[in-house]
Amino acid sequence: MDGYNEVEKLSVFDRILLFLTGFLAAYQIAIGIDHFSKIPIIAYTIGFGILLLAGLLIIILGFEVLDNPIVVIISSAIPLSLSLGLVWEFLIAFRIIYLVFIIVGYLAIMATRILPIKNSLPVIVVAVFHGVAGLIIFILPEVLVFSGQTGPIFSLVGFGGALIGIGGLLLVMLRAGKSLLSRQTIFRILPILLLLMTAFLVLGFSAI
Amino acid sequence: MNVLPAFGEKIKLYWPLTKSMQTGLLLSTGLAGFMTARCPVMHWYAFIGLVISLYLAIAGSTIINMWFDRDIDARMTRTCTRPLASGQIAPNQALRLGLTLSVIGIGLAVVMKPSYGLIVFAGLFFDVVVYTIWLKRRSAWSIVWGGIAGAMPILAGRVLGMGHLDAIGILLALAVVFWIPTHILTFAMRNYQDYQSIGIPSFASVYGFKLTRAIIAFSSLIAAFSIATAGIMIGIQIGFLRVLVVMSTGLLVLTFSSIIHPSDRINFGLFKYASVYMLTAMILLAV
Repeated sequence: MDGYNEVEKLSVFDRILLFLTGFLAAYQIAIGIDHFSKIPIIAYTIGFGILLLAGLLIIILGFEVLDNPIVVIISSAIPLSLSLGLVWEFLIAFRIIYLVFIIVGYLAIMATRILPIKNSLPVIVVAVFHGVAGLIIFILPEVLVFSGQTGPIFSLVGFGGALIGIGGLLLVMLRAGKSLLSRQTIFRILPILLLLMTAFLVLGFSAI
Repeated sequence: MNVLPAFGEKIKLYWPLTKSMQTGLLLSTGLAGFMTARCPVMHWYAFIGLVISLYLAIAGSTIINMWFDRDIDARMTRTCTRPLASGQIAPNQALRLGLTLSVIGIGLAVVMKPSYGLIVFAGLFFDVVVYTIWLKRRSAWSIVWGGIAGAMPILAGRVLGMGHLDAIGILLALAVVFWIPTHILTFAMRNYQDYQSIGIPSFASVYGFKLTRAIIAFSSLIAAFSIATAGIMIGIQIGFLRVLVVMSTGLLVLTFSSIIHPSDRINFGLFKYASVYMLTAMILLAV
């Protein structure tokens, strides 16, 4: 048991990475999203706010905080909110329908995680809504860059989205007990993953 | 030749008496209170004077508190190695140092502005006389006075910056008063056995853990609301307000998690987060 705790203990390097993640997310909330309209500002505040709190809470509570069932519910809000912001800004015709999709999706994720459901429905619900949101964050910026609507740096948002997808997948598999990587390996790469995804998103959004 | 190393040793020995983290956090509230006044010109003399006077007064009162509590500190595992409790420093020397720092701190504060000095003095009086000497060993409600004492630095800073007492200053002080229970009660719950063993009444021992957690949640809610309202009234940038809302959400999520899924880890996490929250809030208000 001691060895188990030893492996999960945060190193100073992990703490620095997580602090930088929180700092970058706070910077983005404070300064980086002022030029957007109301709904994207709210959406990005939620997305980067969760990244800020994730960094701080992992530093304070350790990696064990990720064992809490509520983590899946809260972390799902990152891709859902960020994708909503992107759709609201760039796919104007789909604004309302996507807003409804996000609300329904988030309620479904919450319900299937809170209710005692034994079958695979909770995983399917996360896969569908998290998956669609993740694909939008990954693909839409690249399409916008290739079509010349935004500067090339905006494609970093897509890379950030891909990392969100990888992080989300690792956490879901970890919780389901079907992880490809060991628990120790996931916790070793998670702080780097969080910092990279935040940095890519912050840099990417600075291009518009 | 040996003067410098000897002085260094002395500083090393006496430094823990000031509880540098706690003193630093209280000092940061005072600085934030001053900077919220948004003076068009930065008055460096006032700023440096504020830092010196507040630091000396807070450190002085902390040393006097530790001098008074040395008997109970010696009986608790967590505190028995403190310099006074373990006999590394003579009580009279510590008392002399505490009184000297306090007198210089308050004296400087009075010279800078009498109303500012009066509030700094009130903070020391509530902390040392009312909280530590009179109520701490008698009533769990002593924490209210501890909270009022803790709110004096931010109020003092605001009064020094504005030149008078105003609604924002009172609101900022109220925020700290209601933040203190989150900070102190979580700590008291973590060290419940220690406090029980020496007979110090705490909310957890008198009213139980469940009610204590509810009080923490209630006070956190009011503290977060007060800081946000004060921020709006001060006119902080909208982006900083968003960060404040996110940080407040984190505080509330942790407090309500501690009610729904109580555990030592969440409790101690809340204690640590509360300090980070206050420091961040002060930076956001001050910038």
